[in-house]
Amino acid sequence: MALKKKDHLELYHQMVLIRRVEERSAELYQAGKIGGFLHLYIGQEAVSTGIVSVRQPQDRIITAYRDHGLALNVGIPAKAVIAELLGKETGVSKGRGGSMHMADVEKNYWGGHAIVGAHLPIAAGMALGDQYEGNDGVTICMFGDGATNIGFFHEGVNLSKVWNLPVLWLCENNQYGMGTAVDRASAVEQIHMKAEGYGIPHSRLEDGMDIMKVREAVGAALDHIRSGKGPYFLEIMTYRFEGHSMGDPQRYREKDEVTKWEESDPIGIYNRYLVKEKIATQADLDKIDQAVETEVTEAVEFAEASPDPGFDTLFDYMYASKE
Amino acid sequence: MAIITMRQAISDALWEEMERDPKVFILGEEVGVWGGTYAVTKGFLDHFGEKRVRDTPIAESAIVGAGIGAAMVGLRPVSEIMTINFAFVAMDYIVNEAPKMHTMFGGQMKVPLVIRTAGGGGRQLGATHSQTPDAIFAHFPGLKVVSPGTPEDAKGLLKAAIRDDDPVLFIEHAAMYQVRGEVPEGDYTTPIGVSKVQREGDAVTIVTYCKGLQLSMAAADQLSQEGIEVEIVDLRSLRPLDMGPALASFKKTNRAVIVEEGWPSYGVGAEVATRLYEAAFDYADAPVKRVAQKEVPLPYNAALEQFALPQVADVVAAVKEVL
Ligand SMILES: Cc1ncc(C[n+]2csc(CCOP(=O)(O)OP(=O)(O)O)c2C)c(N)n1
Repeated sequence: MALKKKDHLELYHQMVLIRRVEERSAELYQAGKIGGFLHLYIGQEAVSTGIVSVRQPQDRIITAYRDHGLALNVGIPAKAVIAELLGKETGVSKGRGGSMHMADVEKNYWGGHAIVGAHLPIAAGMALGDQYEGNDGVTICMFGDGATNIGFFHEGVNLSKVWNLPVLWLCENNQYGMGTAVDRASAVEQIHMKAEGYGIPHSRLEDGMDIMKVREAVGAALDHIRSGKGPYFLEIMTYRFEGHSMGDPQRYREKDEVTKWEESDPIGIYNRYLVKEKIATQADLDKIDQAVETEVTEAVEFAEASPDPGFDTLFDYMYASKE
Repeated sequence: MAIITMRQAISDALWEEMERDPKVFILGEEVGVWGGTYAVTKGFLDHFGEKRVRDTPIAESAIVGAGIGAAMVGLRPVSEIMTINFAFVAMDYIVNEAPKMHTMFGGQMKVPLVIRTAGGGGRQLGATHSQTPDAIFAHFPGLKVVSPGTPEDAKGLLKAAIRDDDPVLFIEHAAMYQVRGEVPEGDYTTPIGVSKVQREGDAVTIVTYCKGLQLSMAAADQLSQEGIEVEIVDLRSLRPLDMGPALASFKKTNRAVIVEEGWPSYGVGAEVATRLYEAAFDYADAPVKRVAQKEVPLPYNAALEQFALPQVADVVAAVKEVL
């Protein structure tokens, strides 16, 4: 799947958009305008952007609570993302979900889910839905390294193999679950090895900061699944530059470690690649930066001007069968 | 009208719904080859095949979790939890995932899932296997909780549950599968969230459901011989809870006894009594009385177990107390 210049620019746009939306969100959070938890995706942009860029429209995607990046990748407008963070009626989940629960079913994005690991069996069920109906979609289920230690993980992954479900288990190993490093929580550090125990083919991508490598690894995994071979387990190594959530003092890691990883900023890597390969000029990319600034500013204005959900709508979405 | 057992009524409902709608399928431990722990799905595998009658691992989170996922993408799964005692293992899915999806994503996702399970004590299975924790589940808005007391209602309510667009927990009583009753011919549904007067009388109102209905009917026969005619209101659904018939009856008799098999503390009786007082305090000629299980983990010893469980005699005594 070779990319044209405009496709590259679009992917670059998405990565920068995620970064700026999240930086702005952090400010809005500090200003007290966003409540609850805010888990930023900064540092991991190459992963979700790479995944979404190779999935087919019929491929479902579902993730955990670190879901803003994916929301933007699937094409949810920044204004609907920010409005959701502000709890507005115009938010993608109508202000009912907040940071951790963004979804757009029409875009085949089945949401952020806040209970660690709980969405894995759900993903298995979604994949079962496609298998049952004879669709050729793959369900892509993203989760963190920390999620691989809870029971849900094992039940979901086992079931996927027993029923040969078209699901891509995609572990984003950012090396921490809150403040607990992988080696302090997981009996095996090579998370993908867990799939071995379920007879599921697996691999690890060491460089998840490079979007081109993510695309390649995910593309191969999706081809494998689409050819009817059942589930696949892919571990992608990455890093989050910010704390687990806002207000995390990050006592559990050294500044040096963070700095070292920041040198492999996925946006910087992509930028240098595009210029070096003469796919785009620095001027092209600067133009995208500026466009994103405007886009985000307008999105914040839109969100702030949007109405809160009315009290008379409190019970609107409690039962589907009442509508 | 045919006279059939509760087991047959439930089995017929499942069978007919699976015949009617190819999107309905069942999954759970021993539903297939074995034919169902309580023989409810005997013959299903031969007729419907493995695609629609799916044996699962012993993995309650996966059974309900995968059911949720499949429901989200348009199927109509019936997830069977062998007994309600194992529902705690899947608690997150039953109370925290299924009932929340519709609200939390602003109405985008529907979870037309039925969770079928059997509860109740009286079979000397010890404390972990003899519970009636219905009230715990009924505590959660977004979930519907149904528990039939007659074969007619079992069939009609299960069909309604399968056709419902929301998650429904369908609680059967493990000691009631042999109970016989009249069932109408042909296809019919019984509305969820509608209580029913099962026996008319003017002396005392008994509010009850599930096994409590059996106890209350037997007690009513005895009381009738002494010239005391009780009115029996069967709740049938614990959520949504329809207090209409119970209130109307209470305003007529001015006396109420609530019969349930669960523990009284924080239970169904506590809820119903409060609602009677809130809406009709002035009509009470005696304090509302609760008949329920004694507040202990249920003992194995048969005599002790029966002593701990509510009996027909307890209902008779309670009625006489409020008279
Ligand atoms: C069942 C459950 N237990 C605990 C939490 C609190 N919690 C939220 S995120 C998190 C860490 C998860 O780490 P990981 O899965 O690696 O994802 P990452 O944050 O690295 O993206 C914890 C413990 C939770 N949300 N759910």
